[in-house]
Amino acid sequence: MAVPSRSWSSSLMRSRWLSPTLLVLAWELGARSGVIPAHTLAAPSAVVVTLWHMLMSGELPVSLAVSSVRVAAGLGIGVTLGIVLALLAGLSRPGEVAVDAPVQMLRTLPVLALSPLFIVWFGIGETPKIALIAFGSMFQVYLNLYNGICGVDVRLVDAARSFGLGRVGLIVHVILPAALPSLLVGLRYALSVAVLILVVAEQINASAGLGYLINNARDFMRTDIIVVCLIVYAALGLAIDAAIRAVEGRALAWRPRLVEV
Amino acid sequence: MATLLDFPHGQPLTTAVPRPPAPIVRLRSFSRGFGETRVIDRLDLDIAPGEFVALLGRSGSGKTTLLRTLAGLDDVDGDEVDVPASRAVVFQDARLLPWKRVWKNVALGLQGPDVRARAEAALHEVGLGHRLDAWPLTLSGGEAQRAALARALVREPKLLLLDEPFAAVDALTRMKMHALVLALWTSHHPAVMLVTHDVDEALLLADRVLVLDGGRIAHEERVASERPRRIGDESDARTRLLHHLGVAAAPSAGDTGALRRSHV
Repeated sequence: MAVPSRSWSSSLMRSRWLSPTLLVLAWELGARSGVIPAHTLAAPSAVVVTLWHMLMSGELPVSLAVSSVRVAAGLGIGVTLGIVLALLAGLSRPGEVAVDAPVQMLRTLPVLALSPLFIVWFGIGETPKIALIAFGSMFQVYLNLYNGICGVDVRLVDAARSFGLGRVGLIVHVILPAALPSLLVGLRYALSVAVLILVVAEQINASAGLGYLINNARDFMRTDIIVVCLIVYAALGLAIDAAIRAVEGRALAWRPRLVEV
Repeated sequence: MATLLDFPHGQPLTTAVPRPPAPIVRLRSFSRGFGETRVIDRLDLDIAPGEFVALLGRSGSGKTTLLRTLAGLDDVDGDEVDVPASRAVVFQDARLLPWKRVWKNVALGLQGPDVRARAEAALHEVGLGHRLDAWPLTLSGGEAQRAALARALVREPKLLLLDEPFAAVDALTRMKMHALVLALWTSHHPAVMLVTHDVDEALLLADRVLVLDGGRIAHEERVASERPRRIGDESDARTRLLHHLGVAAAPSAGDTGALRRSHV
């Protein structure tokens, strides 16, 4: 007879950590017994050791810093451009006519297909990578913020106007706060797109950064280093997502929560 | 001119009161239309300072359009429309900005010193002193309407426009809100225009009840009795108003008990 759910074994069975742990264990066993050769996939223990060495040697922190700067610069430019364009298109009729059509056309381009052109224009240094990230992230911000501005509740705008708010007051107190949730959604998309573009752009040509590490490791079949870099990419994405969540938690505190955490 | 209101068809008014010095709302031959349809058709309207006017009308009778005009939300160029600059609206849905705390909603667009103190005083006056820092989406329907009232009153308006402000709250809350509005009106004495579907509500609160139909004022009823009034006090006026609203066969509240209410 099963002891009611408090027992040690049943709470273990319910743990969400159980199956990932088992998978890692199987991976380790497979690597140690030779079923998985090291040049196919390094053992988890080997990955951890490599991670430690790369951290200590400074190789990984330096590469991470180089990649982070690329993401930050690209995002900074892309998000700023996206916000400015969305404000232009969302807040004025001539702005909408002038901005929306070309942006919607450019949006259909697969960003990565532009990399040859960007290399021709900007060479193979940092500029084309940052430009690609900026270009890709801009549309996410633009689309969401523009949509948010268009979706502002006109009844709230009417109410605010009836209390004497002018155009600037309306934008500051009503339109932008109403569009903020959309902007934050756009920002999340922009960040994931930025990491995606970073990975590809760094592998096309680079002399530093995480992508450079991966490319080098590939040449020497160092799967342990490749896995370390993959983990770092994942951590980068998680960290960025956590940052956005923190911003959302503060900026959208007024929203009632459907699910209490 | 002995009356506050001129009827386009020359229908005489039954009551003549001394005309106050200057009406604060003055519309002359005001028309408004969208495309082919005329929503408001050569309407004349005066509202005296401190007067409580209720406006009844079926859906589509032009109530909302008239209210938007008085609220300054529509352009009125070319028309003879005099409305005081000092005015405030309470909408049916409170229309608080959900991203601003209650007191900041009340303070929205306020100029001058002590904005926070003034907003808080207004909220205390409507009985919301304990929800100053609440988020609007956490308020009940009645609380939200109180906050909307505070937001209107903090401006000390000469003209207070109420757009069916009690339509979405429950009956008990509505009774409390009626008392609150009367108390606030007595202490601040703005001119009030209350747009409503509820004949009994109009007769409870207003000095004068207007029926808007086909873009014109089809009927006017003065209510002279002392406040506080009770539902059913004005059963004759009620019957006449319902008649003009096209509810001819409705029994009057006096005949069927004071709790019977009629909505148009």
